[in-house]
Amino acid sequence: MIPEDAAALVSRAASTSFAEYLGRDHPGLLPSNRSTGTLAPVHGTAAGLAPHATTIVSMTFSGGVLMAGDRRATMGNIIASRHIEKVFPGDLFSVLGIAGSAGIGLDLTRLFQVELEHYEKIEGTRMSLDGKANRLASMVRQNLPMALQGLAVVPLLAGFDTERREGRLFSFDVTGGRYEEQEHHSVGSGSVFARGALKKLWKPNLDEARAIQVAVESLYDAADDDSATGGPDVVRQLWPVIYTVNSAGARRVAERELEAAALGIIERRSVAGREA
Amino acid sequence: MTQQFYVSPEQLMKDRADFARKGIGRGRSVVVMACRDGIALVAENPSPSLHKLGEIYDRIAFAAVGKYNEFESLRQAGVRYADVRGYSYAREDVTARGLASVYAQSLGAVFTAESKPFEVELVVAEVGETPAGDHLYRLTFDGSIADETGMVVIGGAADSVVGALRGRWTKDLAFPEAIRAAVVSLQNDGAAGQPAHPLTSAVLEVAVLDREPGTTRGSRRAFRRISATEVDAMLAEGGRA
Repeated sequence: MIPEDAAALVSRAASTSFAEYLGRDHPGLLPSNRSTGTLAPVHGTAAGLAPHATTIVSMTFSGGVLMAGDRRATMGNIIASRHIEKVFPGDLFSVLGIAGSAGIGLDLTRLFQVELEHYEKIEGTRMSLDGKANRLASMVRQNLPMALQGLAVVPLLAGFDTERREGRLFSFDVTGGRYEEQEHHSVGSGSVFARGALKKLWKPNLDEARAIQVAVESLYDAADDDSATGGPDVVRQLWPVIYTVNSAGARRVAERELEAAALGIIERRSVAGREA
Repeated sequence: MTQQFYVSPEQLMKDRADFARKGIGRGRSVVVMACRDGIALVAENPSPSLHKLGEIYDRIAFAAVGKYNEFESLRQAGVRYADVRGYSYAREDVTARGLASVYAQSLGAVFTAESKPFEVELVVAEVGETPAGDHLYRLTFDGSIADETGMVVIGGAADSVVGALRGRWTKDLAFPEAIRAAVVSLQNDGAAGQPAHPLTSAVLEVAVLDREPGTTRGSRRAFRRISATEVDAMLAEGGRA
């Protein structure tokens, strides 16, 4: 005799999402369920309570995409961290960067990484890039109550689409909206200035080495005008974190490449001697 | 009212064990062996997509024989267990010992409580930084768990495969040699008295757990499937030597 709910197993198997499994069997482990009750914001918003991650830039280049993040986290007017990393590999063919409330963003990143690996292990194939973007959008949406209290997280997803053989970019809003971006995009407090720089520096079909220089320079411009974005720190030898993704997979750009790019910009600008 | 006949617990357990053994005996064997480069897993499996070998976590793999639907559900449950454990604690807190013990509990519970036992036999393998850190656990349908060293064979004709493998296996083998030894031994996987049947890459499923995935591939995930062309190359190399 077939048990009554044998057919129900089929519909339950439609989702192999790790996040949905957690929600069903271990709801306390989901980032969106971690808070106990509603937060009572002091003076209207909880934004000043925890470190805030700042600027992320991302762009396509010939044969792939790149994502770069500065190394600063702030709490109000205080620099909370000079070493924070805000760009992470999602899986072999995707990277994500986070801007906004740092703790929630790091939790979200960890959940997203496990989500992709879990799918890959259960299904035996990788999730499509559109699938990854949709899963990330739904995770951002679940954080909406916290976002309304001032603890918003806005990720940026970049990946190599193995079907279309090209790099693609996705941005998100706190309500779970998912938008595909063309050419380049940036998020975070310094994004306006980074975007301005990218408009002049980005060209179609950049090669990878040139794209890395463009990314470092746009972050330099963002740090120049936004106090919450950190520039290259020569004293502490801190450079932005950059990942590139192409058909061979995601790669973290080596420190010495970043150092060369950052020192090159500092030297060119010192020589130019411009004030503004 | 119908009267139930008395069946002694011994008889009940024996009937269930015989039933499970009969189901497992129909399947082809799987070899899991530790060697110098890591752990090699070799199975005879004509399907390229319905796997008998699977990845559980960074350094942990799964091998099974028996009914596909039953061991596949156990594999998926194992992946969930490992991912939840790694997500809520830390990645290094996921161990083969922990996983093998929950598998043993679940197989044991099904064996005694459900209307039919699982017709499966499993191996949970974890590769260590050094050969001394390797762990191989063999789990049978009734929830018994055995901690094996070096190599383990599961499946219907496991004894004849072990016999063939014993002379070929040493702990210092590299992957190509280990895989060749496993394939040659699996050819003895027939009913007693039957001649060895040749195996080609088309009917083989091969995977490895790399000992140092970080340095060789830049990944923390040790599990890697070996493609049919790679298997062909390994087998051809042995033919020449």
